[in-house]
Amino acid sequence: MGQTIAEKVLTAHSGKDCHAGDLTVASVDFCMSQDGTSTMMIRELENLGFVAPKTSKGMTVVIDHNSPCPSVDVAKIHSKIREFAKTNSIPVLDVGEGVCHQVVPESGKVLPGDLVVGADSHTCTYGALNACSTGLGSADVAAAAFTGKLWFKVPQSIAITVEGGFGNGVSAKDLVLSVIGSVRADGATYRSIEFKGEAIDALDMDGRMTVANMAVEMGAKFCPFGFDKKTKEWFASIGQSVPGGVASDVSASFEKALYFDASELVPKVAKPHGVDNVCNVSELSGVEIQQVFLGTCTNGRLGDLRAAAELLKGRHVKKGLRFIVAPASRLIYLKAMDAGIVSELLKSGALFVTPGCGPCVGTHAGIPSDGENVLSTANRNFKGRMGNNKGVSIYLASPLTAAATALNGTITDPREVI
Amino acid sequence: MKITGKAHRFNPNDDINTDYIISGRYKFKIDDMAELAKHAMEDISPQFASSVRVGDFIVAGTNFGCGSSREQAPRALKAAGVSVVLAKSFARIFYRSSFNIGLPLIECDTDWIKDGENLVIDLDGGTVTSADSGSSVKVVPIPSTMQILLNDGGLIPHIKKHGGFLLE
Repeated sequence: MGQTIAEKVLTAHSGKDCHAGDLTVASVDFCMSQDGTSTMMIRELENLGFVAPKTSKGMTVVIDHNSPCPSVDVAKIHSKIREFAKTNSIPVLDVGEGVCHQVVPESGKVLPGDLVVGADSHTCTYGALNACSTGLGSADVAAAAFTGKLWFKVPQSIAITVEGGFGNGVSAKDLVLSVIGSVRADGATYRSIEFKGEAIDALDMDGRMTVANMAVEMGAKFCPFGFDKKTKEWFASIGQSVPGGVASDVSASFEKALYFDASELVPKVAKPHGVDNVCNVSELSGVEIQQVFLGTCTNGRLGDLRAAAELLKGRHVKKGLRFIVAPASRLIYLKAMDAGIVSELLKSGALFVTPGCGPCVGTHAGIPSDGENVLSTANRNFKGRMGNNKGVSIYLASPLTAAATALNGTITDPREVI
Repeated sequence: MKITGKAHRFNPNDDINTDYIISGRYKFKIDDMAELAKHAMEDISPQFASSVRVGDFIVAGTNFGCGSSREQAPRALKAAGVSVVLAKSFARIFYRSSFNIGLPLIECDTDWIKDGENLVIDLDGGTVTSADSGSSVKVVPIPSTMQILLNDGGLIPHIKKHGGFLLE
């Protein structure tokens, strides 16, 4: 019987033939954690008598969720992480380097066909690189670092085929929001999703990461994309020569197949307070917004910043609206500066915060006031998510919709202002 | 084995995410689970932390624990005294993490359970029964892998005991 990407990767890492439903113990290539999840992992590792990670490519800790440190309490946590890392020779990507799901791929630690775990739910982002990668709790990641292995239930796979071309003003974010609105928040629980089709082939790596990033918002475990010329070129851009990747067999068994037509897509928004509460941007036209946030592990990459800058070029955001931008990494920040994107955004009224998670998770750098509406390019809009649960509504959308909304001060379909 | 406890229900009932279980504005700065427990479920039920008693149950609909991988979510519930979470379904990361830290989860039909209802979970018989109304349902058996982790006191004690994974 043929195999899916998930079945092939787990087979290659466990030395036995794996098919959906099997239980297996597989070797893990790499693991990561971030400042919000590391202290529990460190306690477990200390409890186990940890000396060095047994994962084949080690581990990295990223300080990105509270970066730079906003309080004395958090400073104690950061200090504990740095001390642990120093004692055990673990690399730390410290404040200012960027959000984990950008800086880990940039570091070259994740390659096609790899099996990766991380103490952050959006670790599924690396699926864009043709890897099987998933978020887990701190104890599971500690177990993977300590033993070099972890137990997995081999997931069923769902095939999502996207044909057609994206229309003007429509992007990867609109696609993934459409899919989540259709599949719903638990529609892919414990599943591996394989996206394919001409619209997926057309996406650059930034777009693929946007889609893979949000797979967990449907409950998915993995979201491995195929390997193609763009994957190869992306790896070359970070100095890695990668010969090939993993593909699912034609005879592989998929639990179900879904079809979307990119040419029929329009700009989408996820309404408060659920990621699967999706509608067309045009249906919310005119809703007043006090803060727009462009950034995160979903949409803080160069293509995202460029799209917003091009829309806003020569124009200014609505007076009184706060337009916060967090580049996903130092490298992206530098590239955006070299390309003139940063100056365009600054001239249009944007303010920049440190590369990292920014205000996405409600710890710092842009906590909204009571009763305010926020439009964000992030991946979650739960009540209280951005640090204030008193009447704050968070709308999720694409970088283009974010820029159009910042321009007008009301939720705006970007096609009206491009 | 029988476990008795009182049900706590919430609004919303489905898709109760880990941000609701413990908000990011606390979990990133408080590293003490007993302190964190004082804020459990705060964004959807401000009175929960003061009303929950040791041994109580959380009862929910589908996809309980979706969202962030924060292990503080099951840990804060356990520290608050919650002994079992019953739901129609659970999100994947929360599911693994709960058993990893020794918080049992039970999958069953929960629509019939009222807030404040006194329940008896019979793990051997595989039922949940209301001590108030006598209503009863079958539960989905806890998978053997998760039962092994529970019996060993969680994932890390399991690894210490066996020197690796001994799950089948």
